[in-house]
Amino acid sequence: MTGYLLQAFIYLVAAVIAVPIAKRLGLGSVLGYLIAGVVIGPIMGLVGDETTTIQHFAEFGVVMMLFLVGLELEPKSLWAMKSKLIGLGGLQLGFTTGVITGVALYFSQPFSFALTIGLIFALSSTAIVLQTFQEKGLQQTEGGKSAFSVLLFQDIAVIPILALIPLLALPELVANAANEEHHESLSIVKGLAPWAYGLVIIASVAFVTVGGHYLSRPLFKFVASSRLREIFTATALMLVIGIAALMGLVGLSPALGAFLAGVVLANSEFRHELEANIEPFKGLLLGLFFITVGAGIDVDVLTSNVSLILMLTAAVMLIKAMVLYIIAMLFKLRQSNKWLLTLSLAQAGEFGFVLLSFAAQNYALPNDIIAILSLVVAFSMFLTPVLFIIFDNVVVPRYQRNGKIRDEDEINEKGTVVIAGIGRFGQIVNRLLVANDVNTIVLDIRSEQIDLIRRIGTKAYFGDASKPDILHTAGIHDAALLIIAIDDKDTAADMVKYAKHAYPDTRVLARAYDRGHGYRLRQLGADFVVSETYHSALEMGTEALRSLDIHPFHVERQKMAYKNIESKQNDVLYNAWIDDASGERVDNNYLKLFVELERLIESALKTDIHDKHSKMRGWTPPPKEHSEQLHDEK
Amino acid sequence: MTSDAKKHQYRKTEKETVSHMDQSTQKVLVLFAHPAQASSEVNLHLFRDASATPSVTAVDLYYDYPDFNIDIEREQQRLLEHDTIIFLFPLFWYSTPSILKEWQDLVLEYGFAYGQGGSALQGKKFLCAITAGGKEEAYQSDGFNHFTIRQLLQPLEQMARITQMAYIAPFALFGSRTAQEEKRIETHRQKWQQLLNMLVNDTLNMSKATRLENLADLCTKEGNH
Repeated sequence: MTGYLLQAFIYLVAAVIAVPIAKRLGLGSVLGYLIAGVVIGPIMGLVGDETTTIQHFAEFGVVMMLFLVGLELEPKSLWAMKSKLIGLGGLQLGFTTGVITGVALYFSQPFSFALTIGLIFALSSTAIVLQTFQEKGLQQTEGGKSAFSVLLFQDIAVIPILALIPLLALPELVANAANEEHHESLSIVKGLAPWAYGLVIIASVAFVTVGGHYLSRPLFKFVASSRLREIFTATALMLVIGIAALMGLVGLSPALGAFLAGVVLANSEFRHELEANIEPFKGLLLGLFFITVGAGIDVDVLTSNVSLILMLTAAVMLIKAMVLYIIAMLFKLRQSNKWLLTLSLAQAGEFGFVLLSFAAQNYALPNDIIAILSLVVAFSMFLTPVLFIIFDNVVVPRYQRNGKIRDEDEINEKGTVVIAGIGRFGQIVNRLLVANDVNTIVLDIRSEQIDLIRRIGTKAYFGDASKPDILHTAGIHDAALLIIAIDDKDTAADMVKYAKHAYPDTRVLARAYDRGHGYRLRQLGADFVVSETYHSALEMGTEALRSLDIHPFHVERQKMAYKNIESKQNDVLYNAWIDDASGERVDNNYLKLFVELERLIESALKTDIHDKHSKMRGWTPPPKEHSEQLHDEK
Repeated sequence: MTSDAKKHQYRKTEKETVSHMDQSTQKVLVLFAHPAQASSEVNLHLFRDASATPSVTAVDLYYDYPDFNIDIEREQQRLLEHDTIIFLFPLFWYSTPSILKEWQDLVLEYGFAYGQGGSALQGKKFLCAITAGGKEEAYQSDGFNHFTIRQLLQPLEQMARITQMAYIAPFALFGSRTAQEEKRIETHRQKWQQLLNMLVNDTLNMSKATRLENLADLCTKEGNH
């Protein structure tokens, strides 16, 4: 037990030290993790053989990442990118495989070796690229979307590649190992006839899509009604792990299955809550994965083949970049987008490791080649953050100078207003905003309420808006406004405090229970506070006056006067409240001022009714003597 | 229009009053009234030009008082702090948009602007900067509108007189609905800028400026000096 804890501690320490430093130096978190791995692995020798085991475990981070990517992608938008997916992805994979295979053949490798190598290096690193896109906010650019299409196509292509590799096995290698019993992975489709296999695959994909659509909602609702946060987390994990396991059992890619499930759930009201729950696991696992890549570098193989490995790495990345550049030209990507696609996908990826070990299991490649190629994959992953740095510092400034600051494709899909709470209060706010074409993201913790609101056609999500991670996935960092319209006084106060602390640029509009609560919210930094009953009570009051046959325009003016005095005195009262905030709020200055407010309002409004000479100004006729003065002037 | 520009459009453009201005500099207050700014083609430009001019305070009345609840005290204070008052508006039914009338009704109080002790505006200059949809020919005694623009604005001229301000001819752009298509806005904006500069530097030829029919005629290369 202590041994495991010590191991975990070493990994965490390495990450905690290296990642923030890398980030500060502008290298990005991925490079930070990789360096951390190199430090604890090859350099200090703190971790050893177990890295490969951990790496298999950490690869699950990729599955989670694809699930999250799927959540961001509604089926509609997935369908819209079909031509890109097949065109861009297909061309990239086909060309790259072809060129690398050709080069390998040129260096007189047998055809089966060459093809295996070509396939392995045609794949890019979903983990690094998507993580970096997210960090740099490049997902919505034309180049980012194209790169994503290619990655998605590659993830799909892994399945047939896995099927192909055993066919490329070398008879002599197989013969050598014939007496070794090798580990068979758990599968329910082994030995099935092809048609039955096809049926099983179709059935499981159908189960994920249909089940995700119809079963997930009742399940989440049931879980949400328990109001236990950790159970929701458990459910989210159960979902992702379950799908991954199912896909593994039928021999499909778990990452792809998770992606599919994500797409199915993209429309769900539980989307943001799911995202918030899975996100930390994904982040940690991916980090762990990158560390293991760094730690897994084999120093012996490296030192004896250093120039060969470096040359191969350079060659692979050059070939991949060239193919990508040509494809980017074919698909008419403009300016910086062309370079983003070219530079971001020029590395080999984590699936490369998977395929290499699979190739080893199936005797498709000899072990000495695999050892070298693993290093090439790792090195190219190491260099990717460097390519992104080049993109940021060389490519982007160049296109910024030549005209537009950023290409116009960066349409913000996140809502510009986050509304927390969609009860009696939030609904009215939301309706007004939506009617004015304002993009809103509505959050509420009552799943019944969300259900109801969704039925009227409002985009609402289940989620506890008082939790920072939920606010984050709802996109508060991009939002112009946060509107807090929840009942609970303390939660509202906590939210104001957190939001103003973490996102000082986001304007926070908050609903207060009463005056005291309003002052508390104001003190915590809310930019606008309104008491939930103030305006409706005022309306009721004016209607009462109108019902008593007082002239409606006069009533309106009285209401205005009330508001004017209230808003002026409000600041005075607030300051008194601040002064007294430490002590008891009874029998003190604040109370006196409150009485004063009552008196001011009363006296200002009263005089008018009695002597027709208001203390309020406005439309006051000149005194009666004035007309005589006019004659005098003549 | 990008959202940023839009944000800017509705942002308050009133500038801080500068106290350490040298003596010869005059301060100009532009009171802008346009209730449908989304469809404005000329006035919004003039308002922004004014906002960007030093020593000019530009106030968007519909921005400050969307509910017409005009702060009398604040508006009177503004008047006291400036030497020239300009109403900037599109002509609505031969007069100002309603908020400017409301502004007059509320701010120009007895004892402040007129009547016993009401000489706060004495010696200030006043003018209207307007856009009118009709062509210049329409605003003639024998034209479609039967009256010249100066005649139609006589209530404002009399307002200036009774509040003891010097009334300057209106600065008008006629045929404003087609000014954009006919590319006349740029010239008008240049004239406007010239007028503001002359008011700030106190170089406007007042004897000419009070007698003209349209002040815009003065702000040409020939009319300048």
